[in-house]
Amino acid sequence: MSYIRPKIRHPETPINDIGYTRKNYEGSLSTLCAGCGHDSISAAIVQACFELNIEPHKVAKLSGIGCSSKTPTYFLGNSHGFNSVHGRMPSVATGANMANRDMIYIGVSGDGDTASIGMGQFAHVVRRNLNMLYLVENNGCYGLTKGQDSATSDFESISKKGVPNPFEAIDLCGIALQLGATMVARSFSGDKEQLVPLIKAALCHEGFAFIDVMSPCVTFNNNKGSTKSYEYVRDHIETLGVVDFVPMKDEITTHYKPGSSQEVTLHDGSVVRLQKLDEDYDPHDRRAALDKLKESQEQGKELTGLLYLDPDSKELHELLGTTQRPLRSLTEEDLCPGVNVLEKINLSFQ
Amino acid sequence: MSHAVNDFVIKFANVNGTGSASANTLFAKSLFRMGLAISPKNIFPSNIQGLPTWYEVRVNGDGYTGRRDDIDIMVGMNPQSMAKDIKEVVSGGYFVYDNSKPLDLRLMRDDINFIGLPLTDICLREYDDARQRQLFKNVIYVGALAAFLNIEFDVLTKLIHDQFKAKEKLIGPNVHALELGFQYASDNFQAPWPVRVERIESSKSRILIDGNTACALGAIYAGATVAAWYPITPSTSVVDAYETYAKRLRIDPGSGEKNFAIVQAEDELSAMGMVIGANWNGARAFTATSGPGVSLMSEFLGLAYFAEIPVVLINIQRAGPSTGMPTRSQQSDILACAYASHGDTKHVLLFPSSPRECFDMTVASFDLAERLQTPVILLSDLDLGMNDWISEPFAWDDSRRYDRGKVLSAEQLESLEQPFGRYLDVEGDGICYRTYPCTHPTKGAFFTRGTSRDPYAIYTEDGSLYVENMERLNKKWETTKSYVPAPSFYADNGARYGMIYYGTTAAPAEEALDKLANTGIALDGMRIHAFPFNKEVENFIKNHEMLFVVEQNRDGQMQTLLVTECGVAPSKLKSILNYDGMPVTAHVIQEKIRNALPEIDNVLPLKSKTIKN
Repeated sequence: MSYIRPKIRHPETPINDIGYTRKNYEGSLSTLCAGCGHDSISAAIVQACFELNIEPHKVAKLSGIGCSSKTPTYFLGNSHGFNSVHGRMPSVATGANMANRDMIYIGVSGDGDTASIGMGQFAHVVRRNLNMLYLVENNGCYGLTKGQDSATSDFESISKKGVPNPFEAIDLCGIALQLGATMVARSFSGDKEQLVPLIKAALCHEGFAFIDVMSPCVTFNNNKGSTKSYEYVRDHIETLGVVDFVPMKDEITTHYKPGSSQEVTLHDGSVVRLQKLDEDYDPHDRRAALDKLKESQEQGKELTGLLYLDPDSKELHELLGTTQRPLRSLTEEDLCPGVNVLEKINLSFQ
Repeated sequence: MSHAVNDFVIKFANVNGTGSASANTLFAKSLFRMGLAISPKNIFPSNIQGLPTWYEVRVNGDGYTGRRDDIDIMVGMNPQSMAKDIKEVVSGGYFVYDNSKPLDLRLMRDDINFIGLPLTDICLREYDDARQRQLFKNVIYVGALAAFLNIEFDVLTKLIHDQFKAKEKLIGPNVHALELGFQYASDNFQAPWPVRVERIESSKSRILIDGNTACALGAIYAGATVAAWYPITPSTSVVDAYETYAKRLRIDPGSGEKNFAIVQAEDELSAMGMVIGANWNGARAFTATSGPGVSLMSEFLGLAYFAEIPVVLINIQRAGPSTGMPTRSQQSDILACAYASHGDTKHVLLFPSSPRECFDMTVASFDLAERLQTPVILLSDLDLGMNDWISEPFAWDDSRRYDRGKVLSAEQLESLEQPFGRYLDVEGDGICYRTYPCTHPTKGAFFTRGTSRDPYAIYTEDGSLYVENMERLNKKWETTKSYVPAPSFYADNGARYGMIYYGTTAAPAEEALDKLANTGIALDGMRIHAFPFNKEVENFIKNHEMLFVVEQNRDGQMQTLLVTECGVAPSKLKSILNYDGMPVTAHVIQEKIRNALPEIDNVLPLKSKTIKN
């Protein structure tokens, strides 16, 4: 896609509470294929950060390798970004987060980057409950290397080459739930209404927030017979309900009939409200989430929405007991024990 | 055997997991406190319990700390290895054993002294508890050795007091066990033996410590806040010691919270990724590993080199390739570390040869990594890392400030006249300015990547920009030479031949230099401290006709590196190699050089003719 983006903005362009326009949250122009689901996700991240009044430079964007991993260039141009190596974004994000717990970490990965080469690191970053948003742009195929099936490609889904996939798919939401992720959601790149509030909730969640976003590949996996095409996903979507994200400062004004909605208050006081289509669904119940996933799968449906959220989550810094101050802000005075202590240490080895 | 005072090798043969280690350390430390040079070596299996393990101590009055391999005294406590252990004793030496059960007569030799101590019987008589019977057996033989070798008993009891400061009720029983051994030896044998120790008074202050603990202390003093690692012998104790000292010295006094984070990663790939992420975000982070870990970290090392992110990697080398001999020492990761990763990459290496240098060089690694914005690999080895060494005490200057390198603050970004370019060589030394994330709301953000990019960190596939960047990295490499430590010279007296060595080869190499000089073969000696090689290294090579490169690997890796990087003719550098996993001895070096000398003399006339023409 190459076009020139107009520099002039309408004088009535909305400004958020910290005085930024949406433009302050944009990145450079996307070089992905026209119609790529990933670009919609970048736009959703821009919108979520704009609406949450996040200062862009307080965000670090990290990725691995692949089409999805290119996208951090296309949003939050005033944030530092790190396009690391294939499948290893979680470790780089872990180190970055250890250095400064005060920043917001957005990791963008793909199905190859997470479910194949990066499976090990993904599993362990989930276990550690690293405070970050981990978003997988899932299209079931390898785009940059021209359309090979990925590990999330459904059994017997037909690729552009016309060959049905003989292998079982890896369900990343299922795995995240099993490994103890403290927020798990699935969405669709074409459903901004659902995706933006989920991203907002994930950014406010203290702990590991995982969103698996079905994001069709228009070039290699949008054909008939593919279960990751726009058409197939739209036809088979089953949603757990609409998610509202209410920031702490806002008053909750809308009301729903009893039993149809459930509210979850996050650490920072914001509220995630799920308007449930299935009244019995409880997003605090990990086992129910796994059952529901399995059930939808058996019915050939693509389940979307907030699957699980633990508001009492303890992120890695809490688990390790590290100081509230960013480790990187500590100086010689905080860190170096000095010569007197060293002399005592010398004595202990005499 | 030499019936000398203060000059012998004693070896303890034990069973892994029987508590012998602390008794053997007690023995070694008592000699250290008597002012003797000792070099203890743990020769242990990759096993938790049950297999044979040895502890070898060379005692020397002249200050030599390299290994010597003739065993004068063997304390044979392991029936499993006894046949081999008896064979190892030099003629005229001593074999100390537990004679509660009679020794197999077939094992007897008539050229060594068999010293039977009824250790099991004494323990059965003295102790009721099975574990105590096993543990105190070790302490009893130390007590007996005190009598045989003239070890000052007060020194031993003082050590027991120091060791059990926190568990006072253990002091009495331990001292009693020492006395039992001492008494039995004095009553039943001629003691002390001709081979024995005598106190050496010295004004020099020395410590006895292993290199891994020294590295850990270096990381503490250098202000490292993030340690990410994966357990692997022989590097594990680096992070263990870091944790021990961090818990003691890095707890915030107000909140009780930790001013450090240790993450045990799922593998070495991840450990290195964490170190990169933390350094990228402005914290000092490090990892410790061994050869197999370096292999796994290679991809990330290339990223750190190319994206220019500081990394401190402590590599405690062990015998490779592959799993190799995981509990034996080698210097065989030189090339794998120097050029780790695909593409054109080069990494800064440091070669400590004492615990004091492990400390100093670990501290220096952090300054160098941040100044040069690149990985710095400290190449220690199992011998230095896990064995106790006599070392100069650690030193620190409280006015010392960390060199955080070229990092722009928000104020500096504000006052920039030109736009910020992450890979812009502003000062012409090849080192560019970087910014930490979250420094300024609108200035200084850039995209870090392993792909080629222009000076402003924008992705590019333009070949000329790629080459410009690679050339700049080479310029930085040249700058590096002025930052890394220069070599040290043991002798530089204009001899025809020289010797080059590094790391743990230093102690035996310098002993060999002395001994060769005593027999009329005078060589100059240079110890390499770092890679890239600075001018002094090249000059030393230039100034000698022929040089021996002594190292502990099969392929002469340092020799290869010198040939490649200094443009030296391969025939000028002759490898002296020892790589059986045991620390090389001065004797082996001397013999190999002696054998190589006539060969060189034969080719020399031809060479000098060529030069004259």
